[in-house]
Amino acid sequence: MFNRFRTGAGRFLLAAVFFSMLLTSGCDKSASKVTIYLKGSDTMVNLCQRWAEAYMKVNPNVRVVVTGGGSGNGITALLNGSADFACMSRELLPAEIKRAETRGIKLTSVKTAFDGITIAVNSSNIIEELSLNDLKGLFTGKIKNFRAVGGDDLPVNLYGRDNNSGTYTIFKEMILKGEDFASATQVLQGTAALAEAVAGDKRGIAYGGIGYFIKKSGIKIVKIKGDADDKSKSPVEEDHPNYEEIRSGQYLISRPLLLISRSQKKAGMEEFINFILSGEGQKIVAGMNYIPLN
Amino acid sequence: MNGEINPGNEIKIEMPPVSVFDVKPKQKKFPFDTIFTFVVRSSGLIIFLLTALVFVFIAVESFKVFGYLSPLDLIYSDRNGENIFEWYPTSNDPRFSLIPLLLGTFLTAIPATIISSFFGIGIGIFISEFAPRRIRNYLKQLIDLFASLPTVAVGFILLTVGVTFFDSVFDADNRLNAVLAAFGLSLIIIPQIASLTEEALRGIPDDIRMAAFSLGAGRWRTVKDIVFPAAISGISASVVLGFGRAVGDTMIVLMISGNAANLTLNPFSSVRTMTATIAAELGEVSTQTAHYHALFFIGLVLFILSILVNLIVKFLVQRIGFRNNGAGL
Repeated sequence: MFNRFRTGAGRFLLAAVFFSMLLTSGCDKSASKVTIYLKGSDTMVNLCQRWAEAYMKVNPNVRVVVTGGGSGNGITALLNGSADFACMSRELLPAEIKRAETRGIKLTSVKTAFDGITIAVNSSNIIEELSLNDLKGLFTGKIKNFRAVGGDDLPVNLYGRDNNSGTYTIFKEMILKGEDFASATQVLQGTAALAEAVAGDKRGIAYGGIGYFIKKSGIKIVKIKGDADDKSKSPVEEDHPNYEEIRSGQYLISRPLLLISRSQKKAGMEEFINFILSGEGQKIVAGMNYIPLN
Repeated sequence: MNGEINPGNEIKIEMPPVSVFDVKPKQKKFPFDTIFTFVVRSSGLIIFLLTALVFVFIAVESFKVFGYLSPLDLIYSDRNGENIFEWYPTSNDPRFSLIPLLLGTFLTAIPATIISSFFGIGIGIFISEFAPRRIRNYLKQLIDLFASLPTVAVGFILLTVGVTFFDSVFDADNRLNAVLAAFGLSLIIIPQIASLTEEALRGIPDDIRMAAFSLGAGRWRTVKDIVFPAAISGISASVVLGFGRAVGDTMIVLMISGNAANLTLNPFSSVRTMTATIAAELGEVSTQTAHYHALFFIGLVLFILSILVNLIVKFLVQRIGFRNNGAGL
């Protein structure tokens, strides 16, 4: 019967059938599904992924797609229209608000959780606490030895994130007061890599979201104080984040985690936000070692 | 024709039975040949056009940087009479010196090429000249498999396991450093050089080896004095190609070179390469800024480097190849 396809018309028919199959294969039943795109902070990417999974379980006709790349990438994607939510581990910068205004886009921001920026050193380091000034000196490269901040005679190896990272931006703003990170800072892709590096480097010090450091062995989370005479506060209490101090801002380097969207939301987005703010959504926050809203 | 003519009656002609060879092929055939020729030709044209367009695009975008900065700003920044060689485009006082990035690229690529040439050529010679015939093919396939390892996998393995090992061996100031990245790059460049070296050596006809053997030369002597010199053009081309890959690779250096834009010649310190800089920063940069166009300028430098590498390879294969192989090798 295949001889039929040897003739020109038969071949043409075969090709036509094949291509029509190719064309139609893209559209299956899920065409009616709503898809919500989240993009942004690498600090929040795992958290958002959990929310997405849990939400899709209860709402099978909604698809939630989460990608990281950094808070800066998130807001850019939101303004370009390639994302519905920007996950931000920092507030919007004036330049970004201006960019939205020039395009005539109104933005809404929702607090979803809190995060304490954690400073971590190798567990063999004798340093227990650092003041904000110590941190500034260390990360701008002015202090090159842990001896100057009450540690052993040990040269400092700085670890940090690339400038896509919200943590990078917020740290630069809150701690360095706009000054530059030392050019000797080793820039790694993601906070998990930072934790890994500090765990293996007795000279290392790094900053990042609390969730990545709290259960990592081989590192020590440093207590933070405002001035040299202040009482230092730790972002952890035994093996879980110190909720009260981070929410109240007593732990000095804490920040809200935001979901930013256009004010005109598309279908399904409002419900997703409500889910995140609900008890179930906030339970996921706690489970990921971030700080729930209340 | 053996027809009979009966006057007044009809004409009766007896036809011989129809042979298959008399049936002419159908005229209306689907024009596969024409279409195929057209597709192949236009593919060739598209490759040429794409390369040209990419070059033009990068060149145009990168030359816009001179609307923001002077060419000297890409070499050093003059701050109160002091020349600062720093790459820090996101600072409030942005500095755009490409020197630390160039140093970073060469500090990873040159050690990687040296390590890879040493082992790659050795492995190539072994597979081509010394390996038993039975396992030669398996070895060759294994090497080719290695050459196609995803670089992100190599980077990941080194980041999780390799770093600790190298740290305990070298005890360098920075755990993530240029030498570590060079070792990572070697993992993918050694197989490439080995494979190309093996092919260059295989290209030398067996007659030459037989002649050497019959003159009393041993295996090692034959390789060292006869086969290797005859294949030197292909082998050096493979080394240069390896260097090109080392310069162009992004993922391994991004993951394990530490990415600190240090101005240094010490291979045991963290460095930041040109490729890693583009990969790490292009996602965040706002368009139509000095930073954006400076990243394109880095792209242009890389593009020109890769053109140079290709020209050198062409030169090596053609010129040196002709000179050596003039006697009909």
